[in-house]
Amino acid sequence: MKTHTNPTYEYRRAPELDGSTRHCQVVIVGAGPVGLVAAIDLAQRGIPVLVLDDDDTVSEGSRAICYSKRTLEILDRLGCGEPIARKGVSWNVGKVYQGSELAYQFDVLPESGHHRPAFVNLQQYYFEECLVQRALELPTLSIRWRHEVSGVVPDADCVTLRVATRDGDYALTCDWLLVCDGARSPVRHMLGLDFEGQAFRDRFLIADIHMTSDFPAERRFWFDPPFHPNQSVLLHRQPDDVWRVDFQLGWDADPELEKQPERILPRLRAMLGPDAKFEIEWASVYTFQCRRMQKFRHGRLLFAGDSAHLVSPFGARGANSGVQDADNLVWKLDLVLRGRAPEGLLDTYDSERVAAADENIASSTRATDFITPKSAVSRTFRDAVLSLARRHPFARKLVNSGRLSVPKVLSQSPLNTPDSAPFDGAMVPGAAAADAPVRGPRGDWLLEHLGGGFDLLVFGDVVDSARAGELARRPIACRVVQVGGAQRDDRMVVDDHAGLVAARYDGKPGTCYLFRPDQHVCARWRAFTVTAVHAAIARATGQ
Amino acid sequence: MTEPVFAMATLKTDPNIAGPDDFYEELIGLHRELTDAQSALVNAKLILLLANHIGDPDVLHAAMAAARADIVG
Repeated sequence: MKTHTNPTYEYRRAPELDGSTRHCQVVIVGAGPVGLVAAIDLAQRGIPVLVLDDDDTVSEGSRAICYSKRTLEILDRLGCGEPIARKGVSWNVGKVYQGSELAYQFDVLPESGHHRPAFVNLQQYYFEECLVQRALELPTLSIRWRHEVSGVVPDADCVTLRVATRDGDYALTCDWLLVCDGARSPVRHMLGLDFEGQAFRDRFLIADIHMTSDFPAERRFWFDPPFHPNQSVLLHRQPDDVWRVDFQLGWDADPELEKQPERILPRLRAMLGPDAKFEIEWASVYTFQCRRMQKFRHGRLLFAGDSAHLVSPFGARGANSGVQDADNLVWKLDLVLRGRAPEGLLDTYDSERVAAADENIASSTRATDFITPKSAVSRTFRDAVLSLARRHPFARKLVNSGRLSVPKVLSQSPLNTPDSAPFDGAMVPGAAAADAPVRGPRGDWLLEHLGGGFDLLVFGDVVDSARAGELARRPIACRVVQVGGAQRDDRMVVDDHAGLVAARYDGKPGTCYLFRPDQHVCARWRAFTVTAVHAAIARATGQ
Repeated sequence: MTEPVFAMATLKTDPNIAGPDDFYEELIGLHRELTDAQSALVNAKLILLLANHIGDPDVLHAAMAAARADIVG
């Protein structure tokens, strides 16, 4: 049984093969999740963008299946959050078992009042199909399928690409090259760039099975279950009655042998019982690595997603962090391309996302040390934690089956303006905006009213029309989004009917938050002054 | 060998256990009739329980440094 058939996107002969020449502002290598998100964001801003991909379809196999709340919020801004959230299986609860007993369970999103759930599970091929569909709606975006980058010559003022197709090779030039060509990144290899880190000596089998079952939609993780002794197992539900089972095999397992159905079926029978009816859709044996490039910006080349950094899958920090890379990069590149910010702003893409990659790698390495202990004493402590977790709440905090992806708080960013007054809560400079229910002109959620450009969220009617107009007319415009208070001019006013905007932002009358175009807080004040906002925008744009 | 840095203000290393001989006897007795693997597990659980009781990361850090001192430079 196949629940999904990969589409084939049409190859087209390049006009450059027939004598025309082309210079692009932006070329993106790789039409995977990260390349497509970057392309859509750029095209929505009116920047012409060309995507080159060496294949003509979406992901073979389900691969990345857990998409985080932050990813959905980013996709909402790009016009494809809703189809992905609707098709995906939402979940907030994770359960951890030792042996056959529940050691503990956790709620990834323990509070209500958010538009999007903590996670949706969705096969990567559906995720990519939604993005391709959105990409096709945008007039300045084109994707060339089966156009393979075979050479890259970076110069100080432009990048020259060699592209191989079945009809022959051609050359292209561009101002900026976004390298989103995945973990094995051919472009990174061609340029001989570093990719330091460590490989883990363990192997895992992933199998997607089609099965009708009333198991709830939650993440289940077993340490040492009776059906797979001494190893771990992870279970996730996907749409179309497809289930992802991930078996730890150990380093000595033979990857070719373990991929065979006659080896997989007994493992699944032991887990699901002799009477379970299921069919294998897809299976793969993988090892994993934690690595990153030393720098994500190399002159006019900007690396994003797996080409720049790799983590273990425990924590869903691969695709989700790549989407955040694109979200961080595109608004900066847009300002640079329009001549409104210096090229140095792109170095903050590097510093902010390197910090995020380090956080993800540290988190992933810690989870890996717990799941795959590297020494007898490490294994003893792991078992001690699991044994204590059943009865003692403190030990549950130590159980690590993967700390699930949350957006990086860019607290060390040079783009932040430090606080000059005390604030409570989590919305520190550098944090991604927390959502909250509102009633407003764009919908029922706060995040629908933020993003794309700079936004000043103000509590109460504290910015007069002249000042709001001045902010809107600057070369780097800033919109006023007002929480409560009287409607002036045509600004957006949202009704904080549940009081959660005020609660989550420690908002008092006069409080202002400045958000970057990627919805991260970059400054906040207890009172509005137009000069402080101008200065904070200048700082947040590298000026 | 570099001298480990003890946070002496936080980690108590002066006598603090009432009835040290009773404590020691109980600690050894805890492992009676256990295999080496079971003993190792009991020790690990004991460390985790005590670490949580202490809680203060400075004290835990100082205790870990003191435990490793003289074994590895």
